[in-house]
Amino acid sequence: MRLLAEGLGSMRGGRTLFQGLSFALHAGESLVVAGPNGSGKTTLLRLIAGLLPPTAGRITLADSEDPVGESVHFVGHLDALKGALTLGENLAFYRSLFGGGGDTVDAALGRMGMGTLAMLPAEVLSAGQRRRAALARLLVSHRPIWLLDEPANALDADGQILVARLMQEHRGRGGIVIAATHTRLDLPGAREISLAGAA
Amino acid sequence: MPLSELANPHRFLRRARVLIPALAVFALVLIGVGLVQGFRAPADYQQGEMVRVMYIHVPSAWIALAAYTLMAIASLGTLVWRHPLADVAAKAAAPIGAAFCLLCLVTGALWGRPMWGAYWVWDPRLTSVLVLFLLYLGVIALWRAIDDPSRAAKAAAILTLVGFINVPIVKFSVEWWSSLHQGASVFRLDGPSIHPSLLQPLLISAAGFAALFFALHLAAMRNEILRRRLHTLGILAAAEAEAR
Amino acid sequence: MSAALAAILKRDLKLALRAGGGAGIGMIFFLAVVVIVPFAVGPDLPLLKRIGAAVLWIGALLASLLGLERIFAADHEDGSLDLLFLAPLPLALTAAAKAFAHWIATGLPLVVMAPILGLMLGIDARSLAAVTATLLVGTPAVTFIGLLAGALAVTLPRSGLLVAVLVLPLAIPLLIFGVAATDAAVTGEIPLGAPFRLLCAISLFFFVLGPIAAAAALRYARE
Repeated sequence: MRLLAEGLGSMRGGRTLFQGLSFALHAGESLVVAGPNGSGKTTLLRLIAGLLPPTAGRITLADSEDPVGESVHFVGHLDALKGALTLGENLAFYRSLFGGGGDTVDAALGRMGMGTLAMLPAEVLSAGQRRRAALARLLVSHRPIWLLDEPANALDADGQILVARLMQEHRGRGGIVIAATHTRLDLPGAREISLAGAA
Repeated sequence: MPLSELANPHRFLRRARVLIPALAVFALVLIGVGLVQGFRAPADYQQGEMVRVMYIHVPSAWIALAAYTLMAIASLGTLVWRHPLADVAAKAAAPIGAAFCLLCLVTGALWGRPMWGAYWVWDPRLTSVLVLFLLYLGVIALWRAIDDPSRAAKAAAILTLVGFINVPIVKFSVEWWSSLHQGASVFRLDGPSIHPSLLQPLLISAAGFAALFFALHLAAMRNEILRRRLHTLGILAAAEAEAR
Repeated sequence: MSAALAAILKRDLKLALRAGGGAGIGMIFFLAVVVIVPFAVGPDLPLLKRIGAAVLWIGALLASLLGLERIFAADHEDGSLDLLFLAPLPLALTAAAKAFAHWIATGLPLVVMAPILGLMLGIDARSLAAVTATLLVGTPAVTFIGLLAGALAVTLPRSGLLVAVLVLPLAIPLLIFGVAATDAAVTGEIPLGAPFRLLCAISLFFFVLGPIAAAAALRYARE
């Protein structure tokens, strides 16, 4: 499993966010995308996921014709939780949607420290709990590449330790982690791309 | 949710536990008696046996109008007097009133077919009752569309009060415009024009329908209170899990 | 793949039917349209019978289209639309699954109401079955072509009625053949003859065109 980025460039609203970005990530490796707010970190992540077309360059999986998007988990700023459904129903939906044989919903929630909350409607959850629920998506379906946009956002100290551990375990299984952050992130041995920020 | 607000619903729930089954039994008895008497009463010389639909059609019409009036009073309670249970009463009354209104429309259609040759005519009485039904549905839709209960209560209250203009229109539609529908035979200034042998089962049946409405209404209010409590408990459970 | 499709169908149905899902409002709108027509044209039963098919179709068309604006917008707002892009499903199929769920919650009730409303407009009982059949075939097509309106509405904030109006011209062939098929049933000729079969053909065409167009619109909306 290798993720290849060649000459990626992106322009938004007439402004060049970045250009000529290239990297190759092997199984077990990780990448931190650093930079101030507005520097294009989210755009880069969305580009890698295939949610946005790049202005230049391309992103591919070595030795595979499949679109990158089908091998990717994307945890963005929004939590993608439906308030009217219970926490359990939300995760069960993603488990069925993405397939790929992950943990059961209860196991995933237990891991995230929310085992007792499965029956609650998602709208009553706090911001930190919603964040954990979004991260639980990573557990209910196995995909090799994780794209995490500010994963520690809204999480307390315990939550941040949990996220670090999850990322470590994923890399141990041969997965790839790409995380965007404007603060420090606990990701040992990660390569780093620094986006300069608005001119 | 301050504790004082829980006190009122708490008392209500206690009383409801006694009142609801009592009213239900009352309703069953009265409706039963009313219908039995109605079947024993003489058939109409023109309409034959079909006239017996009257014992369901007329009371359901009265209840539909009365329920809307109750909703309007409850709406005033929400907007003007700020009574804590007023919005629950209003919200609970809407679907039940709508159901009685629908019952009135359907039994009327079944009665109209043999009498006028059509299930439906666009005459003032029927159309105004249909508009009443639409108003009920609109209020129900408004309740469901707004998430925050107190905002929903105020919006629904305003809509209900504005729509109340339709209630006198329904009542007097038969007098103000020419209509196929029969004029008032019970609630008239000169007193009822209907024969006592038919009036008595009608009134008994109507009393039974009223008891049925109140039983259903109290049960619906109880459900709403419990539903809100459940929601609050959910919020508390999530907050507690967060704080541990 | 079918597990994923079933999951989307189930979820969207649950959301539509739970409080605030907007499932009932289409029915109320349909009823309201039928109620106000006699106020406008007068309680002239023969006239109402002649235009009855048209009134039912206009009501069903508008009731379906008005609800479709939000079909993708809600997902876009909470970030779940992104995840639908990443699902191991062609986007067109995802869109089709959402459309089907939407039709069951909003369109099918309209079909069930149609005979009763038809009765109120003076359409006689034996024609009602045929009228209902044309709506049963036609309303899913309205939902599927209206998917395009929903996809366009994702990028237009507060688009209101704009997108419904944009899709209305596309729905016109459906309207023409739908009313023709219903009229044929009402005026007592062969109830489900050539116009009905043409309606079925157009509906099938829209079942395919709608999701593909919507998927394309959603993709081009990503800038």
